[in-house]
Amino acid sequence: MKELLLVFWTFFKIGLFTIGGGYAMIPMIESEVMNRGWISEAELANFLAISESTPGPFAINVATFIGFRQFGVVGSLVATLGMVLPSFIIIIIIFKIYEKVIGSKTVKAVLNGIKAVVIGLILAVVANLAVNELFVFDGDTFVSVRWASVVISVILVALMLIFKKKMHPILLILISAVLGIIAYGVVPLIFS
Amino acid sequence: MEQTQNKRKLNKYLDLTWTFFKVGLFTFGGGLAMLPLITKETVEKHGWVDEDQMGDILAISESTPGPISINAATFIGYKVGKLLGAACATLGLVLPSLIIIILLSLVIDWFLGLEYVAYAFMGIRCAVAILIFNAAIKIYKKIQKRYLTYILLLIGLAITILVSQISSIYVLLFGGLVGGLEFIIATSIAKKKEKKKTEEENKEDQS
Repeated sequence: MKELLLVFWTFFKIGLFTIGGGYAMIPMIESEVMNRGWISEAELANFLAISESTPGPFAINVATFIGFRQFGVVGSLVATLGMVLPSFIIIIIIFKIYEKVIGSKTVKAVLNGIKAVVIGLILAVVANLAVNELFVFDGDTFVSVRWASVVISVILVALMLIFKKKMHPILLILISAVLGIIAYGVVPLIFS
Repeated sequence: MEQTQNKRKLNKYLDLTWTFFKVGLFTFGGGLAMLPLITKETVEKHGWVDEDQMGDILAISESTPGPISINAATFIGYKVGKLLGAACATLGLVLPSLIIIILLSLVIDWFLGLEYVAYAFMGIRCAVAILIFNAAIKIYKKIQKRYLTYILLLIGLAITILVSQISSIYVLLFGGLVGGLEFIIATSIAKKKEKKKTEEENKEDQS
């Protein structure tokens, strides 16, 4: 029960501070969920990919996943409820006074400050993920470069730059899956 | 008479739930990706909100805490049917995710354990890093760009990389506080300057 409350409270906090869209929650997932040892870095990346390629709000998918991992169906319900509740309360409060709140320049300045920090936090997440995917570590000591992942990343970035908005996230994930299978499954088979 | 009224009321709540269930089921990625379908269903089909209000709803949903799509659903639901309406709309939006992800969770370990799926996810994780980077760029494009923006951005980046044990919530609070304070101080300084200016002008007029 105490642990369930902790799941609820964690996702309530994440819901409260997710400002600027679902991806803004990722830095908080790292600091609130990963540091507790609920999931690992690789698991989180897997969850994010699956959440992006399944229907529904990204943030809800991620919360459901992590909740289920901790406490099964009850855990996923509790995590989702925690994630949704801050939105629910705040929107209902704001409903009647929204013209004043949205028009307020001070509120805008506060939100701008938060969003600026969010960009920094998200970039840190990307740096962390990139280091873990592109290099192999044994504990803290550097072992080698994962060249296959470097090549895959370069191809994906090139595709993003060429096709820009036409490149739907799900299409990018599908292409990356094919590249992963080729680079880690087929190529070693040919050379062995 | 009363019975038909009750029936209509019940229909309204079912309509809200079903409408947002469809939105949740047929859009990927959430947030802004859901907007076209939400507009089609709530503006064109049901007339719950009009085109202008939809613009307001988007602005509110983007600048309040929580997932954008959940905010929009709560807002529209509350407008149509107060508290129960908001609950129905949110439940509808969340339900497809819950069902699909719970079913997936049951098989995910088996699925990710398959040799070739594991290879695929080696590639997919590279794509995820790029998509997250893209999200940062999207937020960057939308905010005001001033000296303070870059300072806060660098502070957020530096703290997260250098101090691994700090919760990012504190960093976010810090950003909001600095952004708000800077604005209040800057405007009060500007006001004082203006006051001084008008006082000086008055003196000159008098002399």
